[in-house]
Amino acid sequence: MTILSTRNLVAGYEPGLPIVRGASVEVAAGEIVVVLGPNGAGKSSLIKAIAGLVPISSGTVTLSGQDITALPAHRKIREGLAFVPQTENVFPRMSVEENLRLALGIFRDRDVAQGLAETYALFPDLARQARLLAGSLSGGQRQMLAAARALIVKPRVLMLDEPSAGLSPKFVEQVFARLQEVRETGVSILLVEQNARAALAIGDRAYVLVEGREAHEGPARSLWDDPVIAELYLGKRKDAS
Amino acid sequence: MSLQFLLDGAISGSMIGLGAIGITLTYSILRFSNFAHGDLMAWGAYAALVAVGAIGGLLGGIAPIGPLSFGLPLILATLVAMAIASAIALALDWMLFARLRAKGQAIIVVMASFGASMALRNLLEFFFTSSPVYYSNALQIAKPLGFGIRITPDQIALLAMTFALVTVMHLYLTRSQRGREMRAYAQDPALARVVGIDVRAVIRATWLVGAALAAAAGVMVGVLVQVRPLMGLDLLLPMFAAAILGGIGSVPGAVLAGLVIGLSEAAAVQFIGAEWRAGVSFVILMAVLLIRPTGLFGVTER
Repeated sequence: MTILSTRNLVAGYEPGLPIVRGASVEVAAGEIVVVLGPNGAGKSSLIKAIAGLVPISSGTVTLSGQDITALPAHRKIREGLAFVPQTENVFPRMSVEENLRLALGIFRDRDVAQGLAETYALFPDLARQARLLAGSLSGGQRQMLAAARALIVKPRVLMLDEPSAGLSPKFVEQVFARLQEVRETGVSILLVEQNARAALAIGDRAYVLVEGREAHEGPARSLWDDPVIAELYLGKRKDAS
Repeated sequence: MSLQFLLDGAISGSMIGLGAIGITLTYSILRFSNFAHGDLMAWGAYAALVAVGAIGGLLGGIAPIGPLSFGLPLILATLVAMAIASAIALALDWMLFARLRAKGQAIIVVMASFGASMALRNLLEFFFTSSPVYYSNALQIAKPLGFGIRITPDQIALLAMTFALVTVMHLYLTRSQRGREMRAYAQDPALARVVGIDVRAVIRATWLVGAALAAAAGVMVGVLVQVRPLMGLDLLLPMFAAAILGGIGSVPGAVLAGLVIGLSEAAAVQFIGAEWRAGVSFVILMAVLLIRPTGLFGVTER
């Protein structure tokens, strides 16, 4: 069952200068979908347009059968669509716990104490750092906090913009292992990544975005094994498979 | 030498600090210097003046509380004044600032606030003339505190009220959801939208809180000094100096810096001469901008 989809999405910051040019992608329930592509292909703009941060000029975004194309960014989280930006994704001058409380507090009917307890059980590191300012965390810890902040509201779909950017290989492994655990809890994931190898290792399906629209689509494994796609778009050399 | 200037400075400093809270919030959240803030203060003072007359007329003469110069009517009138000042701020935002903000140039909004300031002030002069008025003609007997310092009952009450308002404000910003949203929006507007914060609600809360505190400060100045159309404008520079010295966005910083400026002004009057009072804020403002632009509690903008 499709939970999130875009149809012929055209979006960009300047009118008449679209960065996303007719992209159609789909995420099924419980699926991890990866969006890959060369620099400037519009991967990041696609995910931001879905999140409501880049103006959409035509096409539609559908979440659980409901058209959310025109919904303002701050309302999308209420519909169950969470987004983790690539950088500056925590409030640096608030403590770890305040970051989490702020996110959960958007939902007036949720039990804050219970939400925090569940999140700390999932992310024990954050429990230890609850009182620290988010700005004092390392890059990897910030990514964990940003993901925890998105997950604390129990979204149906989690979108992440390059969670591996700037992280050491060890942390990349940890973050991606976490994403697999998250999927086990029934959350669908849409992931934009430069690190094709790590992303395809956990992804179910993948799209290769070229010049603002999807050029290839298929099971994650087969894209990685396709020598032409791998060499052209994923930065994999023939001899290094 | 009398140490009275310390008390005088602390009292005018707490009024400055209370007013600076609104300035520091609008600056950090709406990202512009609101030069009309002082006039919201004056409008608050006049709104309370009208309300106190109306309440007194409705309820009949009510005696002041204990040794104070004012009673329940002025306390109720202050609440009315806070509501009216908030309504004026929201109306100004809807008519003027929101439309200009949408065009994206902060300097235009700042210029508009100059215009709004003049219009608000001239309206007050039109309705109430520019002669000063008072909430009460009662004379207050100052009690000696020792070290040559004397304090009136009104001054004690208003210092306590300032302390209470600042404490409530601090708790609101640090413990309530809306307060957290305001701080989050000031830190990163784009991320605020991502986590689901309704920007319009945050902006409304900013005006409500800032204008209500300005009105409260206006009434206090009215009680301790007098009510004049220019009362807000006269405090504008000290309030801006306090907001900047305290570090933009910091409520405790604004209050502490208000006290520093009030005390410095009083010290200047005591040791240099009364004509230097107005220069103090300017000197402090320049010194902060040159030496430590982030202020006492500020942080470097990314």
